[in-house]
Amino acid sequence: MLTVQGLAADYGDVRAVWDVSLEVDAGEIVALIGPNGAGKTTLMHCIAGLHRPSAGSIDFDGVALHTLAPHQIVERGLVLVPEGRHIFASMRVLENLEIGAYSARARRARHATLRWVYEIFPLLKERRDQVAGTLSGGQQQMLAIGRALMGLPKILLLDEPSLGLAPLIVRDIFAVLRSINAQGLTVVLVEQNARQALHLANRAFILEQGRVVGQGSGAALLADVSVQRAYLGLAVEAG
Amino acid sequence: MNPQAVAQSVVFGLFVGGNYGVAAAGLSLVFGVLRVLNVAHGELLMLGGYVSFWLFTLAGVDPFVSVLISAPVLLLVGFALHRGLFVYVERLEEETRIKNSLLVSFGLGLVLQNLAQWAWTADERSVNTTYAGGSAMVFGLVFPYTRLASLAIGCLAIVCLDQVLRRTYLGKAIRATAEDWRAAALAGIDIRRTYLLTFGIGAALAGVAGSLVSIGSTVAPTLGAAWTLKALVVIVLAGMGSIFGAFIAGLLLGAAEAISTLFFGSTYREVVGLVLFLVVLLIRPQGLFGRGPR
Repeated sequence: MLTVQGLAADYGDVRAVWDVSLEVDAGEIVALIGPNGAGKTTLMHCIAGLHRPSAGSIDFDGVALHTLAPHQIVERGLVLVPEGRHIFASMRVLENLEIGAYSARARRARHATLRWVYEIFPLLKERRDQVAGTLSGGQQQMLAIGRALMGLPKILLLDEPSLGLAPLIVRDIFAVLRSINAQGLTVVLVEQNARQALHLANRAFILEQGRVVGQGSGAALLADVSVQRAYLGLAVEAG
Repeated sequence: MNPQAVAQSVVFGLFVGGNYGVAAAGLSLVFGVLRVLNVAHGELLMLGGYVSFWLFTLAGVDPFVSVLISAPVLLLVGFALHRGLFVYVERLEEETRIKNSLLVSFGLGLVLQNLAQWAWTADERSVNTTYAGGSAMVFGLVFPYTRLASLAIGCLAIVCLDQVLRRTYLGKAIRATAEDWRAAALAGIDIRRTYLLTFGIGAALAGVAGSLVSIGSTVAPTLGAAWTLKALVVIVLAGMGSIFGAFIAGLLLGAAEAISTLFFGSTYREVVGLVLFLVVLLIRPQGLFGRGPR
């Protein structure tokens, strides 16, 4: 469904992503884990059209994404929930959701989609007239995901959705991701919270210093000793 | 000083201030959304004034009707300027973008001013309608009909803009883009198109203001700089992000100028705005109606 091949990306003279190839099949949950500065966010920005890659290609359902503008990518059914949520703080919850359905394809179905999003996040319905900036961090993350769902994605990318949230709320959000995946939505999850991400994911890629250094099923990576040591905080020898 | 004279000055000040408000709303909108400071905004206003003047002089079109023509004409001029010029500024990072937009639009202002002078001479023009002298008396104060109508049209333009921003999908796209263009792009909004339309709307508002100026005052090629300055002062008074705020701050500036003229003479008229500008920056840097730093 989504194929990234030989992708490289730069910020000025600094190369952030070197040579990343990965693929995501329809219906999967794929996690992308790795330390800070591994190039995960840059990779997401390239896929969503916010950053032009320097080399390589991104193919989504037979369409080359790396030449398209962000709104054209949304129109084709790939939506990114950016790191740090980036909700429209001065606008109401409902307006945030409406803007999520801006693309022509999503706009036609917006009433039905809104009902669906309210079903997933009943809280957003309760708070629909509240100014979004006054929501708590967890509520803002729900709004960010809800806004993305309003765009009727076929594949949903999330960049660090657990960032700065209490463990209980993270669990709720991951449960939501599992349930929308069960409804047929493909999910790509970038996480520093590797343990939960690996538990959730069918497959995962490990990114370090702009390169893919490992991949496998979520369960296999959870059991991998070197992954445990590097990302799960287990079995670290004194030294 | 007799209160009657003060009240009359304030009334006339508010009439002038309404035009300040419309001019400032357009500039504020463009700056808020594109982060492009178009100091040629006053020159666009000047073009709007000439549209009304020539329509009246050549075709006898009433200046209040020609607002309906100058606005779309300037909308198109705005589109053309954006496509041909500001789209290149827009690609820069925010800080360089603001600086470069100043340079580019300053140059544009000079070009427009000289083109106008070449095409239409430096003569001061004004529209003199047959009904220009009429006025209403309320509580012993004079309210000229043309000024009342100008203010009403200014208000109407601002209310329309506010409704567009609040209710339409385009308006929501404009507000979203102003707040966080990356998030807006990720939500499926075509940022380039939003920038283009916003710039056009800003220019159309300059056109409306220009038509109103041609009715109450005179139009000349060199008019622009003074209006850009007024609009900038008004934006600082109002603060970013509020269209109504800009309009009200415009009215305030008009009234303040009028009162000061009464007390200190017209010599210091221009100083008033700049003093207000400094005072607001010192005491309330986010402006009277602006959102504070988040």
